[in-house]
Amino acid sequence: MPAASTGPSLPLVLAGALPIVAVLALLPGVVDLYQTELLIYGLTFAIAALGFNLLLGYTGLLSFGHSAYFGMGAYTVAFIVRDLHVQSMELCILGALTGTLVISALFGYVCVRHTRIFFGILTLALSQVLWSLAFKFFWVTGGTDGIRVARTGITLLGGLVDFKGSGSYQRFVYSYYYYVLALFIVATALMWVIVHSPFGKALQAIRDNEVRAAFVGIRVRRYRWIAFVISGLFTGLAGALWVPLNGLTTPDILYWPFSGEIVFMTVLGGFRTFTGPIVGAIAFNYLKVYAVASSHYWQLVLGLVLVFLVLALPQGIIGTLARAAARLRRR
Amino acid sequence: MALLQTVDLKRYFGETRAVDNVSLSIEEREFVSLVGPNGAGKTSLINVITAHLTAESGKVLFRGQDITHASVTERVRAGIARSFQIVNLFDDLSAFDNVALAIFSREGKTARLGALAHLDQAVTAEADGVLGQFGLAAKRHDSARDLAQGERKLLDVALAYALRPKLLFLDEPTSGVSTRDKGQIMDTIASVVRGEGITAVIVEHDMDVVFKYSDRIVVMAQGAIIAQGTPDQIRSNEQVAMTLLGTSGPDAFTRKD
Amino acid sequence: MDILAIQVLNSIFYAAVLFLIAAGLSLIYGVMRIVNLAHGTFYALGAYVSAWAVGAVFGAAATGGLALAGQLLILPVGALAIAAVGALIEPTLLRPLYRRPEEYVLLITFGLLMILEDVMKLVFGGTPLSAGSIMDRMGSIPVGRLLYPTYNLVVIAVGIIAAAGLWWFIYRTRFGVILRATSQDRRMASALGLNVGRVYVQAFAIGCFMAGLGGAVIVPAQAAVLGMGIDALILAFVVIVIGGLGSLEGALVGALIVSSVRTAGVQFFAEIELAVLYLIAAAVLLIRPTGLFGRA
Repeated sequence: MPAASTGPSLPLVLAGALPIVAVLALLPGVVDLYQTELLIYGLTFAIAALGFNLLLGYTGLLSFGHSAYFGMGAYTVAFIVRDLHVQSMELCILGALTGTLVISALFGYVCVRHTRIFFGILTLALSQVLWSLAFKFFWVTGGTDGIRVARTGITLLGGLVDFKGSGSYQRFVYSYYYYVLALFIVATALMWVIVHSPFGKALQAIRDNEVRAAFVGIRVRRYRWIAFVISGLFTGLAGALWVPLNGLTTPDILYWPFSGEIVFMTVLGGFRTFTGPIVGAIAFNYLKVYAVASSHYWQLVLGLVLVFLVLALPQGIIGTLARAAARLRRR
Repeated sequence: MALLQTVDLKRYFGETRAVDNVSLSIEEREFVSLVGPNGAGKTSLINVITAHLTAESGKVLFRGQDITHASVTERVRAGIARSFQIVNLFDDLSAFDNVALAIFSREGKTARLGALAHLDQAVTAEADGVLGQFGLAAKRHDSARDLAQGERKLLDVALAYALRPKLLFLDEPTSGVSTRDKGQIMDTIASVVRGEGITAVIVEHDMDVVFKYSDRIVVMAQGAIIAQGTPDQIRSNEQVAMTLLGTSGPDAFTRKD
Repeated sequence: MDILAIQVLNSIFYAAVLFLIAAGLSLIYGVMRIVNLAHGTFYALGAYVSAWAVGAVFGAAATGGLALAGQLLILPVGALAIAAVGALIEPTLLRPLYRRPEEYVLLITFGLLMILEDVMKLVFGGTPLSAGSIMDRMGSIPVGRLLYPTYNLVVIAVGIIAAAGLWWFIYRTRFGVILRATSQDRRMASALGLNVGRVYVQAFAIGCFMAGLGGAVIVPAQAAVLGMGIDALILAFVVIVIGGLGSLEGALVGALIVSSVRTAGVQFFAEIELAVLYLIAAAVLLIRPTGLFGRA
């Protein structure tokens, strides 16, 4: 008699995912333009958080400098649009991924030689380097004014969809929503496969016990580096998708508080789960919009919520729900 | 040619001579016990041989090759595996995943990002087989953290075994386990090891276990080897009895109960 | 030649402040094995509180030597306030997390950082707060043909006293022995009857005091501004990377190196002097991961 499977059942996963995808696909028909736009932001942050959590939840490395990769993705797209006069979003994404690949490979090489505290500080310091470069070389980067990326200059699907002319804003929001949703689904599926692959198991082993991982033949440093690069790429993709929506990229996206927001999103959703970061990112997006709207001191609000989360709800939203479900199942 | 040979291996910690000019030979298929009082350097010796610690001088030869400067993973790939005195597992992974990971690593499959781990039939079957051999089949879905101490010790050994090594170092595989479980664990380990002809070096304090299973016993004290031989030779060695037990005489090693 | 002397004095002056911050951070890590990401923010808070206290108590109108002495005595208020804050935070926010994986401590101190940065913005506003009147009043000393602020020399003196004091405290007093014992083996110390909880809160408070003192002494020379905390945190970490975590000598030597590079950098390659520092830190981490004096 074959023993029970040791992994997630694909039919079950699809059965859970498809309704959610369906809901997301139908949402723009139900809610207004502003809400749709908000959700696009949420989805891009979800991609970033997904990438970030490969390092935190699965490899056990807490990075305080992921703004570097988000910003790299955003600025690369801005440079490509402004200086190379490229309109195709696909080419922009490709360029952003290449730029992010270089930066995350470089930074990762330095950072993964260390763990815990030193790793975190190195990631923070390196992202600050990028920020200070964006800030100071203002004749290239536009300094605090940043670089504008107008939606009228962007085309989707190799030029099939453009956003010039009247009514283009509405068209942009709806088309871009489905574009980002599609990429979000692809990214999520990709990440799901990665964390359930033998490589993903090796990362978790490294997280749990790096000494034993080495003694089982895993090249710890190399695997950490690969995870770092993959993580950076996902976050860079998010940055690339974010910039046409935001219309503008500024050094703020490279500054350390944004790294903090990525950390916050992931912890909010639950970093020991797969879907936690996604839920956390979308929830955080709404939380921040509300906090910014109601108070000039929204960072204070976020800080308080983070402290509360760590003390009272360390599993995050999804983690706590999963725990509760497990307890109910045992009864 | 000996499977493993150390030549004048040295590792000091300041004044302390953890490994003091140790020259040791291990032949294929031997079951060697490494004994000695606490602080004798047994674990340090294993640590140096497996690259957990670096040697200050001396050589380590494995199958004739000089591996003195090889890294941990290189030695694992060459065929040396070890278990740990203080259990070293992947606590948040299931017992099954622990073993499967060792197999994936051995097969070089850990580089695969695009395939789902649990769909690999060959690895799944082998991992289940190993769990069965170590009596852990029923616990395959439990996370390593939730296992009982004896089961954790067995899993620690199973992880090393799953690498199908040529040479297996077991550091106190029964320590911290109740006397009742000790025998069971050692029987399991010995049958697996002997059954497959794996060369094993085991650090052990329980002399009953040592005398029962060993082909050869190596006695260490203060970082150096003071005696080695068959169980009978060691049993009648007065110096050894003095070092280990504080008394000597023909009945020193016999239990008086 | 005179300019060189001034630059050297500047390096030492800045190193004194960096030493205070880094030593506090290193002390906390050495004893408790935790890193407080809000440490730089404590430094900033110390600067703000001190500047505010000086301004509030004496105002710009106060004159005379007595007023100056008073102002100087008020400066450490910032340091003491931060020590008090630290003494409050450790038992409430940090202690519940010691049993958990260390990411949680980092996360909570990061939350603390966000809270405190905004609290400073809320309480002190966006404009820089200065205690520059102290510096003006102390005048300058001639160095060759140039003049150098006397106050900077006071800061250098404070740095030297702090280094010596800390060294004496850790290696020559009974409490220092307790501190070192607890840092080496917490369980053993507890088994021997030491109140580890009390040691921890005291160590944390001392570390925070050092950060606050750094802020207090720099604020007459450099106004307190938003964002100074993060810059200080990263610099303190570069100091510790170079000098070695948990080492007092390392913090001293590291501070001198970082300060010198920065002073030279601002002179010769401004705009990227920070990037140069980070590169040095990265290089040190690659070549000698434990730093110059760090333990493995």
